[in-house]
Amino acid sequence: MKPTDIQDPEYFHKVVDCQYACPAHTPVPEYIRLIAAERYTDAYMVNWQSNVFPGVLGRTCDRPCEPACRRGRIEDEPVAICRLKRVAADNKDDITHLLPQIPSEKNGKRIALIGAGPASLTVARDLAPLGYSIDVYDNQFAGGGMMRSQIPSFRLPEEVLNEEVNYILDMDINATFDIQVDSLKEVLAKGYDAVFVGTGAPKGKGLNLPGLEEAAEHVHLGIDWLASVAFEHTHEIQQKVLVLGGGNTAMDCCRTSMRLGGKDVRVVVRSPFEDMKASPWEKEDAMHEGIPIYNNHVPKEFVLEDGEFKGMHFEKVEAVYDENGKRKLVPTDEPLVFMEADVVLMAIGQENSFPWIERDLNIDFDKWDMPVVDPVTFQSTNEKVFFGGDAAFGPENVITAVAHGHQAAISIDLYCRGEAVSDRPAPGVTLASQKMGVHEWSYDNAVENDPRYIVPLAPLEKTLADRKMEVELGFDRATGFKEAERCLNCDVQTVFEETRCIECDACVDICPTDCITFTVKSEEDDLRTRLTAPARNLSQDLYVSDVLPTSRVMVKDENVCLHCGLCAERCPTSAWDMQKFLYNVTKAGL
Amino acid sequence: MSYQIPKFRHPDLPVNDLGYTRADYEGSISTLCAGCGHDSISGAIVRACHELSIEPHKIAKLSGIGCSSKSPTYFLGKSHGFNSVHGRMPSVVTGAAMANRDLLYLGVSGDGDTASIGMGQFAHVARRNLNMVYIVMNNGCYGLTKGQDSATADEGSVSKKGDANIYSAIDLCATALQMGATFVARSFSGDKEQLVPLIKAATRHRGFAFIDVVSPCVTFNNNPGSTKSYEFVREHAEATGTVDFVPMQKEITTDYEAGFSHEVTLHDGSSIHLYKMEENLDPFDRTSALISMEKHRVAGDILTGLIYMDKDSRDLHDVMETSSRPLNTLGAEDLCPGNQMLKNINASLR
Repeated sequence: MKPTDIQDPEYFHKVVDCQYACPAHTPVPEYIRLIAAERYTDAYMVNWQSNVFPGVLGRTCDRPCEPACRRGRIEDEPVAICRLKRVAADNKDDITHLLPQIPSEKNGKRIALIGAGPASLTVARDLAPLGYSIDVYDNQFAGGGMMRSQIPSFRLPEEVLNEEVNYILDMDINATFDIQVDSLKEVLAKGYDAVFVGTGAPKGKGLNLPGLEEAAEHVHLGIDWLASVAFEHTHEIQQKVLVLGGGNTAMDCCRTSMRLGGKDVRVVVRSPFEDMKASPWEKEDAMHEGIPIYNNHVPKEFVLEDGEFKGMHFEKVEAVYDENGKRKLVPTDEPLVFMEADVVLMAIGQENSFPWIERDLNIDFDKWDMPVVDPVTFQSTNEKVFFGGDAAFGPENVITAVAHGHQAAISIDLYCRGEAVSDRPAPGVTLASQKMGVHEWSYDNAVENDPRYIVPLAPLEKTLADRKMEVELGFDRATGFKEAERCLNCDVQTVFEETRCIECDACVDICPTDCITFTVKSEEDDLRTRLTAPARNLSQDLYVSDVLPTSRVMVKDENVCLHCGLCAERCPTSAWDMQKFLYNVTKAGL
Repeated sequence: MSYQIPKFRHPDLPVNDLGYTRADYEGSISTLCAGCGHDSISGAIVRACHELSIEPHKIAKLSGIGCSSKSPTYFLGKSHGFNSVHGRMPSVVTGAAMANRDLLYLGVSGDGDTASIGMGQFAHVARRNLNMVYIVMNNGCYGLTKGQDSATADEGSVSKKGDANIYSAIDLCATALQMGATFVARSFSGDKEQLVPLIKAATRHRGFAFIDVVSPCVTFNNNPGSTKSYEFVREHAEATGTVDFVPMQKEITTDYEAGFSHEVTLHDGSSIHLYKMEENLDPFDRTSALISMEKHRVAGDILTGLIYMDKDSRDLHDVMETSSRPLNTLGAEDLCPGNQMLKNINASLR
């Protein structure tokens, strides 16, 4: 195995599991340390630079960072990264003076953003400070896209959304709301230098089952129904509600139903409970509100008696997995299950829909009728037209849309300046020693043993009575501090300088998690079997040094390193040093 | 500065026959200087005891005074411990071992504690062949008092201060051999592959098992010119051979080349495999061991590995015919067997 090239920024980036897993690569440990230092505004701004909607995401993010968190590999639960983000947002001071200055004199380039969801707003946020003139078109009455129409207020209060949307719209953005864009050709004809399509995946999928035609007025598409609730068109629902589907939209539908008068609200899903697409915490929240989830039930037909809608029939199945792990739902041959219902909400997925994009604009569409979009530059085959968010590659989540927006903004800026969009800027990286003296570090290297703290909730009877009352209360400052202290500071890297090493074994002896081994050099597969503790997690790298005087090499398994700094404290020659690695995705114009 | 080792451990740490991981054999975080060889020896003791599945409460670790003698705090945190008077650890072990023969006695000492103030006690505990493991963490200097040359510093060895030592050195292995030790080995703190099997074998030897471990003092004696620095020892160590300790229960799976290896069966049925590299050494012959050591000393090398072992060792309990049970298990009936027994004894002496 060759010595590890720590000059490659991606090596240490990967060690910061949370940041690496985040689509926007937010420097998580950096802002968690700021929260622990009660520097909430600074913590918020680190987030805002990277993910644009810290207050929104601190409540609603899909949190790809948390399953990746190293803490989950050494104990039961990861750090509550998402809810710490909310602590920063809740406790920050006025940040308006920290926002970028918007030049009054524009650079002469005009950009159209279609849709005012997270992807488009991110593009606006990145381009407006560079002097671009930006027009936003959206069919809703205000900005935010699906964050406004799909995420219920009891999870995301409108004030929080408005605040963060307005930070951007106040950047001299020319926004036109309540307008349906029917023709991309017409938009292009207005002479824009570039157009960004961030229209999401707005079309709910339906199930065409027997009886649907007769039952139609009792059946709604989940996302449309949520939108009509959000926009105050719908204020109530009948008592018996069946929600079909197992994703986060289904969870939002059932919980909203409970707040609009639903009494017997049930979620019915085809798959086993564990395979449901909804985030585990969203399922927990629904069940906490007394909503049963019926798994392994496949909807078969709408049941009508004398032309009157009565409910639905379901077929019971069980999941069978073949040797490749592929799932098949096999009927159990039990009699069909009947469930009474007044209304059915279908939340079985959503898809893209581009009827408004003419097919003669040099934008290629693939066999699924999706635009062909470059996954790095987000440019379509029409060099002026860029896609991002759910509109680019199908439904994902807010943080992914933000990540797309940043990259699309870079592309648009490069394109408008006449440079190659494939010429991507390198990330901004610093690596700095944290040594403050003998055995002293400028980060809190002690490892806290506390288990994950639970976010307190408002009383159930109160939240169920008020659709707009936020269920989660968020961590208070004291609990936020304690949860922040659980972070292992994975961005403070163990950097090894082999020329200083005297091979005294002090680091090997002290390492609490047996990460370090000095051994004879060989190939990775072999090395992994010969380390102090087994290195079975292949997704985690081995850090290998050059050959030492005893012709051995130092091998460190990054997997469960606590970043406690003990190797560096016990090193007599400072061959080990703790160095903070800050990795920032470069934004447009920088 | 960290005062505690984090509680989290590697989730896949191997467990021994008792269900314990290596972490269960650790002690408090070391307060010795960073890079001290003693910490590596502590690590080797932890590994040996874990791999041998010794119940922690069946071990007593005893020491005298000095950097070395602080180290028992840093390993085997769940075992018995006694931090005794300077140089007097052997007396305390003797008393403890006589009272309770069921424990493993692990004496830890330094070159000052053993070769200077404790020299007399060391000589006599070796002579009596007390059933114990005696480890000297030998760094050739008095680290706690700022690095003066100790009695084991080689003549001409230069300390950090820059002066060469003017006295001749006491070779503790040679002394132990001459005093009657029945297991003598030398090793290096920076070579766990050698040290761990030696410690294991020593724990299973019945009698006085002595291991002199060269353990560099990074603060006062790890400089050019020192014969106890990491660099010097690495360059000048000559191993007698490699030692492999095979516990009784484990099947021997390695193929041993005939003629080069010895298999020694110990009292408890486990065995030591010795692969000889030093041609002229017969590790079962005291004279051969002494000659070999002297040759290497003259050549300026450090002979490491198993140097001598008496396969037929009889320890102090054997020669004194002491009670086969620990004294604390003897009840009133054992201790006061009654009038008839006294009469029988008296009759046997008439």
